[in-house]
Amino acid sequence: MGKKESTFINMVLVLFVITAVASLALGGIYNLTKEPIALAKKAKRERAIKEVIPDFDTLISYKVMPATGKDSVTISLGYKNDTLMGTAIASYSNNGYDPTQIQLMVGFLPNGIIKNTSVTQQKETPGLGVKIKDAKFKNQFMGINPAEFNLTVTKDGGDIDAITAATITSRAFCEAVQQANDVYQKEGGNK
Amino acid sequence: MNQWKNFTKGFVKENAVFILLLGLCPTLAVTSSAENGLGMGLATAFVLVGSNIVVSLIKNFIPDKVRIPAFIVIIASFVTIVELVMQAYSPALFDALGIFIPLIVVNCLVLGRAEGFASKQGLVSSIVDGVGMGLGFTYALFLLGSVREILGSGAWMGMKFIPGDAILIFIMSPGAFLVLGYLIALINKLNKTN
Amino acid sequence: MDYFVIIISAIFVSNIVLAQFLGICPFLGVSGKVSTSLGMSGAVLFVMTIATIVTWLIYNYVLVPFGITFLQTITFILIIASLVQMVEIMLKKISPPLFQALGIFLPLITTNCAVLGVALLTVGREYNLLQGVVFAVASAIGFGLAMLLFSGLREHIDLMEAPKGMRGVPIALVTAGILALAFMGFSGMV
Repeated sequence: MGKKESTFINMVLVLFVITAVASLALGGIYNLTKEPIALAKKAKRERAIKEVIPDFDTLISYKVMPATGKDSVTISLGYKNDTLMGTAIASYSNNGYDPTQIQLMVGFLPNGIIKNTSVTQQKETPGLGVKIKDAKFKNQFMGINPAEFNLTVTKDGGDIDAITAATITSRAFCEAVQQANDVYQKEGGNK
Repeated sequence: MNQWKNFTKGFVKENAVFILLLGLCPTLAVTSSAENGLGMGLATAFVLVGSNIVVSLIKNFIPDKVRIPAFIVIIASFVTIVELVMQAYSPALFDALGIFIPLIVVNCLVLGRAEGFASKQGLVSSIVDGVGMGLGFTYALFLLGSVREILGSGAWMGMKFIPGDAILIFIMSPGAFLVLGYLIALINKLNKTN
Repeated sequence: MDYFVIIISAIFVSNIVLAQFLGICPFLGVSGKVSTSLGMSGAVLFVMTIATIVTWLIYNYVLVPFGITFLQTITFILIIASLVQMVEIMLKKISPPLFQALGIFLPLITTNCAVLGVALLTVGREYNLLQGVVFAVASAIGFGLAMLLFSGLREHIDLMEAPKGMRGVPIALVTAGILALAFMGFSGMV
């Protein structure tokens, strides 16, 4: 079979058909993967929440606007047999080294003590800023009471040892935890 | 054409990364670990095979003057499929590879094979070519990622064997250029002696 | 976000070529001479800025309202490909001297991943239109800076006696690595 001629009608027709078929096929695949994508996102969020607050059976989530920052923050209250077990706050900072937002899950026990933190999104420098995910840095935030703890790096007079050569990332992490604590204090863990 | 030769050329004689120097952006950007290199390589191989199949099947219906836009639409569709499927079933890898998944569209390797090979050859040859070139690309990324991860984080495929830090520079951006430069020099040397 | 931070970060700290690895093909391919790398940078500046504006508008006023953001890759690449064609035709008519200078680089730009990359980063980071434009222009300047420095170095390296296996691409890559190392020194600026 010979090749199609490059006439105007042929060109427009062929491109139109290819684009139409491609869009239809993609629309179909989008619908097929929509649910798994939503499930994967939900699973990731729940895994992070489980990591930072004690075992729970029901979860109530709502959004609030923090005093600083322009995006809303999601608060999730974890209950077991109707007793509050902990509050997980999805916080963020735009002041990381990479312009991509750093997102954290910060877990508070009902008495206001931070149980744990978990990084849910970051694009920091490999080998340096990425270490906010490592236990050595993260564990500094475990079991502290923000009321009597300065949530800034030692360079700024605080109590957190910054990661070597990644002060900016460490500051952003502290900022996100501080924001989570501000929201927690304002909203109270008693809802 | 000898299909075995057609298949193996992607690994040695016409390796996309080491010999043809195509698709270097993802090669350098995502190879800070062996696992990321492997994931990126396989994603690219899938797009390559898919677009080679479709291009080879419909090559006779595409007028010459619009073949490049037509190929780009076909490639972009396969890239979007990879994006959606990866987001659904391997979100961690999707996060790690970032914008380099959509950027497979402009990987010169994929368009190059569609234009230079699949638009002239039959279906079987095109599939063999796609698989060979794709796996050749994958092995190059995997090799580069392995070297960088072993030197830079003292680990391989996420398994750490040196505690603490290793030579960090290798997993940062300068390391990518340096390791690829020396690997190409090494392969040039090996090819010469053979 | 502060515009100043966007500019400094795009040109120096997260240089598009040396830190983000976008546009490596032209970086290695047409950086043999200072004059050609200037031409390429000019063409990139031109196309990148227009492409970012158009893709931003299409993304926020067409793809988002209709809920079809999953078509972004295919839409963006088609926009860029047709933009390059249009720019080529318009330059030929309006400014023949500019066309003479940039013309041969334009077809190469469609497959320059820096252009698509910046367009994707702009919508991914949720910049507003003005931030997007500033980011695109600064990225293109960063691209030009890296190209210019690199081609200057390569003109000298070509005259040197390198070991046989290192000649050509390997020594160029190692040079790029050292340049990337130098750019890491800008880290403290932001």
